[in-house]
Amino acid sequence: MTGFHRGGILAPFVLLGWIYALILAHSPNVAGQAGPVFWAFVSALWLAAAVALNGLSNLRLKTPGARRFLGLCIPILFGAFLFFLWEVIVVGAGVPSVLMPAPSAIGSRFAASLPVLLEDFLQTFVKSVLSGYMIGCLSGFLVAIVADRIPFLRRGLLPLGNFVAALPVIGIAPIMVMWFGFDWPSKAAVVVVMTFFPMLVNTVAGLAAAGRLERDLMRSYAAGYWTTLFKLRLPVALPFIFNALKINSTLALIGAIVAEFFGTPIVGMGFRISIEVARMSLDMVWAEIALAAIAGSLFYGLVALVERGATFWHPSYRT
Amino acid sequence: MQLKAETVLERVTEGDVMGGSKAPSGLAAARPESDPATPAPVVDIKDLSLTYEAADGPVYALSNVNLQIAEGEFVSFIGPSGCGKTTLLRVIADLEQPNGGHIHVNGVSPSEARVRRDYGFIFQAPALYPWRTIQKNVELPLEIFGISKGERRERSRRQLELVNLKGFEKKFPWQLSGGMQQRASIARALSFDPRLLLMDEPFGALDEIVRDHLNEQLLKLWDKTRKTVLFVTHSIPEAVFLSSMIVVMSPRPGRIIDIIDASHLGRERKLEIRETPEFLKIAHRVREGLRAGHSYDD
Repeated sequence: MTGFHRGGILAPFVLLGWIYALILAHSPNVAGQAGPVFWAFVSALWLAAAVALNGLSNLRLKTPGARRFLGLCIPILFGAFLFFLWEVIVVGAGVPSVLMPAPSAIGSRFAASLPVLLEDFLQTFVKSVLSGYMIGCLSGFLVAIVADRIPFLRRGLLPLGNFVAALPVIGIAPIMVMWFGFDWPSKAAVVVVMTFFPMLVNTVAGLAAAGRLERDLMRSYAAGYWTTLFKLRLPVALPFIFNALKINSTLALIGAIVAEFFGTPIVGMGFRISIEVARMSLDMVWAEIALAAIAGSLFYGLVALVERGATFWHPSYRT
Repeated sequence: MQLKAETVLERVTEGDVMGGSKAPSGLAAARPESDPATPAPVVDIKDLSLTYEAADGPVYALSNVNLQIAEGEFVSFIGPSGCGKTTLLRVIADLEQPNGGHIHVNGVSPSEARVRRDYGFIFQAPALYPWRTIQKNVELPLEIFGISKGERRERSRRQLELVNLKGFEKKFPWQLSGGMQQRASIARALSFDPRLLLMDEPFGALDEIVRDHLNEQLLKLWDKTRKTVLFVTHSIPEAVFLSSMIVVMSPRPGRIIDIIDASHLGRERKLEIRETPEFLKIAHRVREGLRAGHSYDD
């Protein structure tokens, strides 16, 4: 029997087993006091799931559509399995929700608090993160072009950049709150500081990346500085710039959330996390974490998607 | 299939290569025409030297180089690595600055010639921009020179046909073979119709069969367009097969040790001439020159 057959036959049984185990874990007799038989059943499901996933991931499919579907299925099944284990263990063993709430509890909390989450999302992500990200990335890019043109700036600014990039965000955040007030501009300022230097350093490296032959070619055409910049050096720098944009997309969210711990109006993802931890309602903290994870992943994914389109010629994307 | 594609360049007609105007040399018209027997050389080099500082002392890349190249010649520079042949080509192209001596290209300094876009440079590698299609790559110099879109389309179409890359306009460079990429770079250099073609080991990275075909095509191109070609190589058969004049160079210090006239082999040559006694005689003299240059080291 091939791996595929094993996987194909086992997968539906594993799914049925998951559903049964979930119902069992939530039933009043089992929840919080699951016996060895229940855990043996969960372990068996674990093994069966491992075999099924292994079979599926070794599968060689002929049509590209089926391959893409399978490529999507495997991580989804894998993630679902992790959530299943989390749910079953937390509910079955009766773990207190202060330590670790079950995914179902987090999910229902998420659904029940949508208006609050939306408000926090608008405050932290749309106002602080996006504005800070755009200002930070754009100014880092422009300063890189100036620094590339003026050698003493490049020599002076880059070491300083490394120094500032090494500053801890919890050090800068209170200072920015003092300078720009409690509302979102101070958070955006923290994001600007965090995103500026990765963009500066990457763009400067990217502008230096054009090969000697390619530069000589432009020189042989008697092309000026701006022509060379737009027709050769910026396209070559594009993969570096997108690298910075991707790094910054995650840095920006971290920066804005952490900055909200140091004084904020009564809204925002960081504010909510700090306040709900103090009130011991950890399911709300987890709901905010889930929100941050979803927003961060979508943001990163969007940047990566644009990158794929813009740098299709780069060896890592060529088809 | 690839090889078949390499073989054609034949359909060249003189008017094809030019962007319309066929004026062989604007400079020739400017010069007094009183002495047609000895026209002013396209490249005129006197006592040229170039030294640069390396970590372990000065390197004499070029020393006392004297050379005159007449219009319409095909000149090969041959010699072992470090003999300054590429450096000399780069000095002519104003990509490198000499320390001493005089050099004129088309009657002016190399930097003026460069700004005037007198030459097309073809590098060791195709140096095509991967984010541009083949057609867009050929149009790159025209874009920089501010030529209108319609004219660009027309010229790139003609040049790609000339190097037999018709049908590959919309491909990206990385989708083509090495030989096709180098042909695209030749089309790019021809697109703005420079008087002078400077080629720095353009076929060095290609296999011998592709190279033979490209050599034949290049020769036909030279015959039809009457351009002056300066060609750096380290292959003796390639140098003898292509050239009307062979410059043999030697390293440490980089200098010219022999200049061989090969014009009696004619302008139209087939690969078979490589078996003839005349060909072998010239090849022998090149080899002797290279050997003499090397005896300094051992």
